[in-house]
Amino acid sequence: MSAVEIVRFAFRGLAANKMRSALTTLGILIGVAAVILLVAVGEGSSQSIQRNIQQLGANTLTVSSSTGGGGGFRMARPQQDGGPRTQARPLTVDDARALADRTAAPHVSSVSPVVSATSQAASYEGASHAVQQVVGTYPSYFEASNKPVAKGTYFFNDDVLAARKVVVIGQTVAENLFGALDPVGRQITITGVPFTVVGVLKEAGATGGFQDADDVAIAPLPSVQQSLTGFGPLDQILVKAGSADDVAAAQAEVTSVLDQRHGVGGAVAADYQILNQATLQETVSAATSTFTVLLAAVAAISLLVGGIGITNIMLVTVTERTREIGIRKAIGAPRGAILGQFLVEATLLSLIGGLLGVAIAVTGAQFTIAGITPVVVPSSVVLALGVSVAIGLFFGSYPANRAAKLRPIEALRFE
Amino acid sequence: MSLVLDVRDATKVYGAGETAVHALRGVSLQVEPGDYVAIMGASGSGKSTLMNIIGCLDVPSAGEFHLDGVDVGALDDRRQAVLRNRKIGFVFQSFNLIPRMTAVMNVELPLAYGGVRPAERRRRALAALELVGLADRVNHQPNELSGGQQQRVAIARALVNSPALLLADEPTGALDSTSTLDVLGIFDRLSAAGRTIVVITHEADVAEHAKRVVRLRDGRIIEDTRLAPVDGLPPRLKEVTA
Ligand SMILES: Nc1ncnc2c1ncn2[C@@H]1O[C@H](COP(=O)(O)OP(=O)(O)O)[C@@H](O)[C@H]1O
Ligand SMILES: [Mg+2]
Repeated sequence: MSAVEIVRFAFRGLAANKMRSALTTLGILIGVAAVILLVAVGEGSSQSIQRNIQQLGANTLTVSSSTGGGGGFRMARPQQDGGPRTQARPLTVDDARALADRTAAPHVSSVSPVVSATSQAASYEGASHAVQQVVGTYPSYFEASNKPVAKGTYFFNDDVLAARKVVVIGQTVAENLFGALDPVGRQITITGVPFTVVGVLKEAGATGGFQDADDVAIAPLPSVQQSLTGFGPLDQILVKAGSADDVAAAQAEVTSVLDQRHGVGGAVAADYQILNQATLQETVSAATSTFTVLLAAVAAISLLVGGIGITNIMLVTVTERTREIGIRKAIGAPRGAILGQFLVEATLLSLIGGLLGVAIAVTGAQFTIAGITPVVVPSSVVLALGVSVAIGLFFGSYPANRAAKLRPIEALRFE
Repeated sequence: MSLVLDVRDATKVYGAGETAVHALRGVSLQVEPGDYVAIMGASGSGKSTLMNIIGCLDVPSAGEFHLDGVDVGALDDRRQAVLRNRKIGFVFQSFNLIPRMTAVMNVELPLAYGGVRPAERRRRALAALELVGLADRVNHQPNELSGGQQQRVAIARALVNSPALLLADEPTGALDSTSTLDVLGIFDRLSAAGRTIVVITHEADVAEHAKRVVRLRDGRIIEDTRLAPVDGLPPRLKEVTA
């Protein structure tokens, strides 16, 4: 009795009950496809988030004021710096200038103060478009935030000093206002104020986030303050460190400069916060991997259910074919051949289901699912397939063993 | 002369305690090569129990049992399977063909388990089907065959391995008179060709074809009559071949 023979018997056994075999296969198929696809979705979203973070710019620190919280505590604080502080000090352009001081903060390579206004109506001739984010800043912002210009130029320090009404727009804004026209050199109005477009940003691409990174307009800080936000506090200060190794040192320097300027120390809590890209990245990747594990767990359960389906079907099959087993034994089938036939049947069911599941998952991963481009993780394919075969062997072995151990006469008498 | 079958003082008890059934109460039976034995007895006398033990489908509660010189009780599970495959051909009252497999595939099955190559297997299976007169039905499935034809396929399957002993438990019990004659004719010719055959029956008509008749009652042998010599021809061969 060769192995080929046993496989042939197993195929014949499966073919004898096509509907049942197909349904069992479907159970495993769904389990395997779910594992691979859900892990791929998790991986895809994690990668897109990572990309988004990287797009914010490498080696940068984002300083923003802490909002709310701790106010009452500060009021109770003893006098300091020649006057009672009744609320958190906002971030100012002077803060930004202090951070740019080479001696106080040697590891800082550039500082960009940022104000921003959201949903601002922009128009060009007939066309209009609500720009998601209008940013007022310094030229160093482009490099620090990793926003290269595709067409035209940045604006320069001169433009900032002169508060010129020039603007660099993102792809989405360019398309909505100008269509196929070249926007560079043309004048648009943002909430009624005329701005000249000097450049168009390179497309950031689909990011899978809530925001369209291409729906922005960037103009010199004083121009935006004059026309849109007023000369209030800054929203952010974007600080770029010299290199990746300098980020920690730069953060320490920024902290000490701001602590001094804002009178933070001792019992006084900081009224600003610093967001470090590296830490952000770690936090987010920890969160997304938890998410992926959760998805995988849900999928694994469906694979387990598929496995129980196989056990059930094999039990029914063995019971239904007990007489056949008796006949086979009566004409001299050894235990190994019976065991082999049913084990191979169970394994074939799960292997076929598993392979179809892989095919479907890989096909499905070509499409965007819930705004996320899935990324198939090879190890998940190997794991899902391996587990499905193991399930076939494991869950099939109980009924198969039971069938093989029957004495011929017991099997023949079975009704 | 070495015996094909040597059963000594076999007993079989089903169940235990008060409900125990003594199906065999010490049966001894020797069969020489070439003999054609009919085992008769009323229903419940233990015929099938004896046959299942001889066919290695069941084990006796006590007693010794040699088949073609081999002590069956001493064999493990795997060797018993080999023994069933090589030495015994079993024909059941209810045919016991495997459904959804053609006649020739059913007949090939013992050869497959015996490790015979596919081409050789097919050749021998077709020869066996030819012998039982079913050369034109080889690709039919059991549900496409009449009872008599199914039983002839079963006989071909029992013969295909050239077993030392052909066992049949009421082979004609489920057949009409024409099919019964077909089957008995096959047995008689096999016997004439030198096969060793043991047939169970409760019909005197059937038993008259054998060279020797053994009667069972309540699990004991009560009569053992020889109708024809071991090396002679079966007594009614002429009728069935006429
Ligand atoms: N599996 C079994 N369990 C319990 N009793 C059995 C079993 N098989 C047979 N018997 C009993 O053993 C006796 C002999 O049965 P059997 O050998 O089938 O008789 P026969 O074939 O001569 O009609 C009967 O009384 C029957 O009820
Ligand atoms: Mg009986």
